[in-house]
Amino acid sequence: MNWVSIGSLSDIPRRGARCVDTPEGKIAVFRTADDQVYAIDDHCPHKGGPLSQGIVHGTAVTCPLHNWVISLETGRALGADEGAVRTIPVRVEGERLFIALEALASRAA
Amino acid sequence: MTEKLVIIGNGMAPGRMLEHLLEKAPGRYQVTIFNAEPRVNYDRIMLSPVLSGEKAYEEIIIHGDGWYIKHGITLYKGHRIVAIDRAAKTVTSDHGVTEPYDKLVIATGSVPFIIPVPGHNLPGVLTYRDLDDVQAMMLAAQSRAKAVVIGGGLLGLEAAAGLNAQGMDVTVLHVMPTLMERQLDPAAGYLLQRAVEQRGIKVITKANTQAITGNGKVEQIELADGTVIPATLVVMAVGIRPNAALAKEAGIAVNRGIVVDAGMRSNDPDIYALGECAEVNGQVYGLVAPLYEMARVAASQLAGDGAAAFVHSDTPTKLKVTGIDLFSLGDFAEGEDRQEIVLRDAAAGVYKRLVLKDDRIIGTVLYGETADGTWFNDLKKKQTDISEMRDTLIFGQSYQGGAPLDPMAAVAALPDDAEICGCNGVCKGKITGAIAAKGLTSLDDVRAHTKASASCGSCTGLVEKLMVLTIGDKYNPAAVQPMCGCTTLGHDEVRRLIVAKRLKTIPAVMQELEWTTSCGCAKCRPALNYYLVCDWPNDYADDYQSRFINERVHANIQKDGTYSVVPRMWGGVTNAAELRAIADVVDKFEIPMVKVTGGQRIDMLGIRKEDLPAVWADLGQAGFVSGHAYAKGLRTVKTCVGSDWCRFGTQDSTGLGIRIEKFMWGSWTPAKVKMAVSGCPRNCAEATCKDVGVICVDSGYEIHFAGAAGLDIKGTEVLGLVRTEDEALEHIVALTQMYREQGRYLERIYKWAKRIGIPEIKRQIMDDGERRKAYFDRFVFSQKFAQVDPWSERVSGKDKHEFRPMASVGFAQAAE
Repeated sequence: MNWVSIGSLSDIPRRGARCVDTPEGKIAVFRTADDQVYAIDDHCPHKGGPLSQGIVHGTAVTCPLHNWVISLETGRALGADEGAVRTIPVRVEGERLFIALEALASRAA
Repeated sequence: MTEKLVIIGNGMAPGRMLEHLLEKAPGRYQVTIFNAEPRVNYDRIMLSPVLSGEKAYEEIIIHGDGWYIKHGITLYKGHRIVAIDRAAKTVTSDHGVTEPYDKLVIATGSVPFIIPVPGHNLPGVLTYRDLDDVQAMMLAAQSRAKAVVIGGGLLGLEAAAGLNAQGMDVTVLHVMPTLMERQLDPAAGYLLQRAVEQRGIKVITKANTQAITGNGKVEQIELADGTVIPATLVVMAVGIRPNAALAKEAGIAVNRGIVVDAGMRSNDPDIYALGECAEVNGQVYGLVAPLYEMARVAASQLAGDGAAAFVHSDTPTKLKVTGIDLFSLGDFAEGEDRQEIVLRDAAAGVYKRLVLKDDRIIGTVLYGETADGTWFNDLKKKQTDISEMRDTLIFGQSYQGGAPLDPMAAVAALPDDAEICGCNGVCKGKITGAIAAKGLTSLDDVRAHTKASASCGSCTGLVEKLMVLTIGDKYNPAAVQPMCGCTTLGHDEVRRLIVAKRLKTIPAVMQELEWTTSCGCAKCRPALNYYLVCDWPNDYADDYQSRFINERVHANIQKDGTYSVVPRMWGGVTNAAELRAIADVVDKFEIPMVKVTGGQRIDMLGIRKEDLPAVWADLGQAGFVSGHAYAKGLRTVKTCVGSDWCRFGTQDSTGLGIRIEKFMWGSWTPAKVKMAVSGCPRNCAEATCKDVGVICVDSGYEIHFAGAAGLDIKGTEVLGLVRTEDEALEHIVALTQMYREQGRYLERIYKWAKRIGIPEIKRQIMDDGERRKAYFDRFVFSQKFAQVDPWSERVSGKDKHEFRPMASVGFAQAAE
């Protein structure tokens, strides 16, 4: 695990998301109404829509392109749709946010 | 041979009597009704919701014109009976119609009591009895001026709440120390006063009105203590008295009301009286339940059942003001031989009081939480000995036996003869029996067959629970489609409640309307955001996190995650400088595609999100503003070149199109709105398939609406022809505002129009000038807050985070 600081909680609006650029592609970091933070690939399993641009509700996001609903906890599509995106571990240390980049860790090693 | 039955008055009591009579003795009578009001039978209990704007008159009609025709009943609307000739057995109306009768029913109702203070007859002093009063009040409310309601009883408070909901500054004057003192004890009266005041209504108790003064119309009210209150509208709601003058003139025995026996018969054996004008055993009545009981008895008597008799019973009182729950029943005065149980929960605004005598309930006052009213009423009626459950009695039925507080279990535990609907005297067994026997599956069916919850509607929840208990999943409470999985309410209900309960934030809506999810979903949040923007333009803070991405970043997302940008080109007209600026932006940001849209403007596609603010800054420099090509709002107004250039043009269609667009840009609507103006019937701007279109003709402007040229193809409907450009603008704006206020989110105009009905829209916009003006004014008000160019806001730095990545990580290390 390679924990990387990405900023602070207040950088993300409640019920919103911000993107983090990484060598592995864009990662979407979400903040829910009750200040839980989740990170998943910013790439809908359906047609690659940018999930960070969707509406956040509960612990799910609705993709802006075709309304697939993706669980932020598991990365899986909810309801009748099937598919999943990668979830990325997040740690909240006080105000600071960290994500873990697996591939990066192995490449660096 | 059929007998001739004549009825004077067409209120709820005779209406109900006829229903019973048609059932018991069909064909026995040839019925003629004289109604002093020029309309059919409607539900007077629901006048308060009409006044507050929660319901329309059409929704409270009990018997429409068709009902009278179907049953062969002659209804004289607007005919006041001026004489009864008992010797000749005829009645005569003020229009000169004379009608003979074999049996006569007098149901003239009541007249409001007017305090005979100086100035009581000035224009601007109204009472609160019928639809005319309500319409007069709604008209007065449009001036947004000050109203004073004299009387802090049931009617007065409902009138005050209604006027307040219409936007008036309202003061209630009440002569007693606490409100509704006949139904509430002082503690509950105090809580009620507080709740009323919290809605912005002023309350003055111990107020003794001395005079109403003004020059030719109401200007102020003077109290005995010298207080002067400015007012342009005064509503007297201090009480009613039976309207028995006609009967008295005809020599029928009259005391307070028309004296009748328990069979509703007056001292003339062929003349009956019922409703508020009748006096039985020395009592007169004003609540609907005993009046309906009178109707039942009178119908039985007329059908030949001489044994039918009226029996007095206490009727619970409920206040019909949305958001205030109040229930009172029986006798609650203190006394030597009485005990009381009181529960107060100040934080929750709950007050409950039971008055007991000899271990039996004789009176109940419930405020803030009234669900157990039915149960307490039942215990009181049956004189149940409550000594066993005395300790927990006040907590209600679900607490008895330590059972958890489950409203469903409470309803299940009610005995079959427990009264559910107080207005219509319908007990539980009758409802569940009808559901089972007739296979009823919808609330409307149950109302039709049993009348339960068909009058004031406050027991609707109980009736619905009974349906679930009886038929389980087969009962689909959503005869209306719910908005989404987070609620059982439909769009219309939610919109109505947002206004009625004055809900002004998304969390408030979700809390008050009992959303089942913590923060909604992608279906309901954008809808709620729109409803709040529309209904509270100056109060509501737009919630960007509840908008779809296109509206959040003022551009259209494309399949690859880039965006397209469309600046406004008013009426489709542009010039060299604008085109040059667009060309420069395209070059500078290497925009891969430029396209002319169907709405006569230019679309730049493939712009990276990070570049959006810079693109807007450059476009803004050239004078462009957002084209809202992404919005559920006004998109384009397409035009042809009109009389300026075209040899066929009849009017300046380009000018009108630009004027409409400049007036209406920035407004949010339930779904996108596309318009067009064509300069002649050749219709080069294709106005007849738009949401709103104008076809210019020699004599003026033909306004069209409700067209579609997308998923569905549909030609427009004609709203009407107006003479001038000003009128055209006013009509189009009013139409749009009506749609803004009534449309369901994502419902285009043509679907909304189909639902509401073209004639109704024409009636409100073309025929009703007052209403059109009101729609227009509300739109103009809302534009004050809506016409802000979102692009320039962004350029100046609003919500910068939206366009930048939060961080870039890992690149340096990866390069190693």
